[in-house]
Amino acid sequence: MQLPDVEQLLANLARKIQPDIAANTALVGIYTGGVWLAKRLHRDLEITLPLGTLDVSFYRDDFGQIGLHPQVKPSDIPFEVEGSHIILVDDVLYTGRTIRAAINELFDYGRPASIRLATLIDRGGRELPVTAQYVGAELALSLDKMLALEKDIDGRLSLSLYNKNTP
Amino acid sequence: MTMSNNPQLNRNGELQHLLTTEGLPASILLNILDTAESFIGVTERDVKKVPLLRGKSIFNLFFEPSTRTRTTFEIAAKRLSADVVNLNIAASSQSKGETLLDTVNNLSAMHADMFVVRHSQSGAAHLIARHVQPEIHVINAGDGRHAHPTQALLDMFTIRHYKLDFHKLRVAIVGDILHSRVARSQIHALTTLGVPEVRVIAPKTLLPAKVGRLGVHVYHQMEQGLKDVDVLLMLRLQNERMLSARLPSAEEYFKYYGLTQEKLALAKHDAIVLHPGPMNRGVEIDSAVADGKQSVILPQVTFGIAVRMAVMSILAGN
Repeated sequence: MQLPDVEQLLANLARKIQPDIAANTALVGIYTGGVWLAKRLHRDLEITLPLGTLDVSFYRDDFGQIGLHPQVKPSDIPFEVEGSHIILVDDVLYTGRTIRAAINELFDYGRPASIRLATLIDRGGRELPVTAQYVGAELALSLDKMLALEKDIDGRLSLSLYNKNTP
Repeated sequence: MTMSNNPQLNRNGELQHLLTTEGLPASILLNILDTAESFIGVTERDVKKVPLLRGKSIFNLFFEPSTRTRTTFEIAAKRLSADVVNLNIAASSQSKGETLLDTVNNLSAMHADMFVVRHSQSGAAHLIARHVQPEIHVINAGDGRHAHPTQALLDMFTIRHYKLDFHKLRVAIVGDILHSRVARSQIHALTTLGVPEVRVIAPKTLLPAKVGRLGVHVYHQMEQGLKDVDVLLMLRLQNERMLSARLPSAEEYFKYYGLTQEKLALAKHDAIVLHPGPMNRGVEIDSAVADGKQSVILPQVTFGIAVRMAVMSILAGN
């Protein structure tokens, strides 16, 4: 299966987000892939508020089943959340559970004026009423596939498709 | 899959209980420190809580009086959204003759998820860990002279925070090594994390007979022991020891082993000073050092909350 080119998708996303940028717009990337993308968008869209990063491990709903993620990264929200217009950035939108966790975590920093969602790929399969306002591309994938954003040693981003249960 | 000999690990090699730093692989210690880094940010927010342990019940079983350690465990549990029950058992059932395991059985029947245990007998936390159902986790908050792993881990966190890397450090533990569970847990953690030179500095009467077996260098004088040291881990001199025959007087102890600015000047110029608290000012440490710019004693307290949050959340997830 031919996967879309990440650079092209990023350009799509940036073009869609651009008209909505205001002085108090902030970008927040979700670890790991979302942070890579948010860094690029933050630079390309010349966002003035510093970039935020979220690791939603402490807010996940599957802690009871799988425990704590072994490599939790510190969340860092270096701007005033109260009253800001936040755009969450993630790589692949699927069940919507990560986004639920991210929204809950953001509210523990303050009350934003709004939260919108940008995703590189929307692969469907939602289990919660979550939708993205900015989508790079939609991709219909069967349940046994896992789509991942990867970064090579030169910093180039690409998408890879895996079969679940095969490492 | 073979069963592990280490009672702290489950059959997948994950941390099931935290009883001692002895015998734990560096990967587990580092995972605790890394996870604690993420909790530091949480404790600096407006809302200092995460929902991770919502609905879990954590029992602080303190068979030995302790306000400070119990409070830090309580705060850590509350910041993870767990429900905390504090039991000061010295003053309750035990005085009515209930055995340790009866107490634990009763609390297990109340659907406890985790026990935090402080006891004057070495091995008390191990005993409880062997006895409880597999879904219950036990944290040793200090047992006799044996171990105090969360204190050692918060010390390791503090050292890494200021010194970044364990592999080039010279660390000195100063004071009553003989009676100190903190010192034992520190020595095991420092060694496992790759600190090449761990020293202990104490009078002969306050050193265990076979301390050299732990892989430490033994000094009896501060002047030699502190030379070129990067990190000083001061120990609390307990009042009851001062009354015993092991020490002539607090004044004399201070003269030889109390950390003053003059003695601290023998260490490296950027050496840091840690103390597990509560401090005896003018006995093991001079106020000028305790409040001085090389002291990291108050940051230790802050880091201690994050480290205990990390331990509780890793255990609860395994």
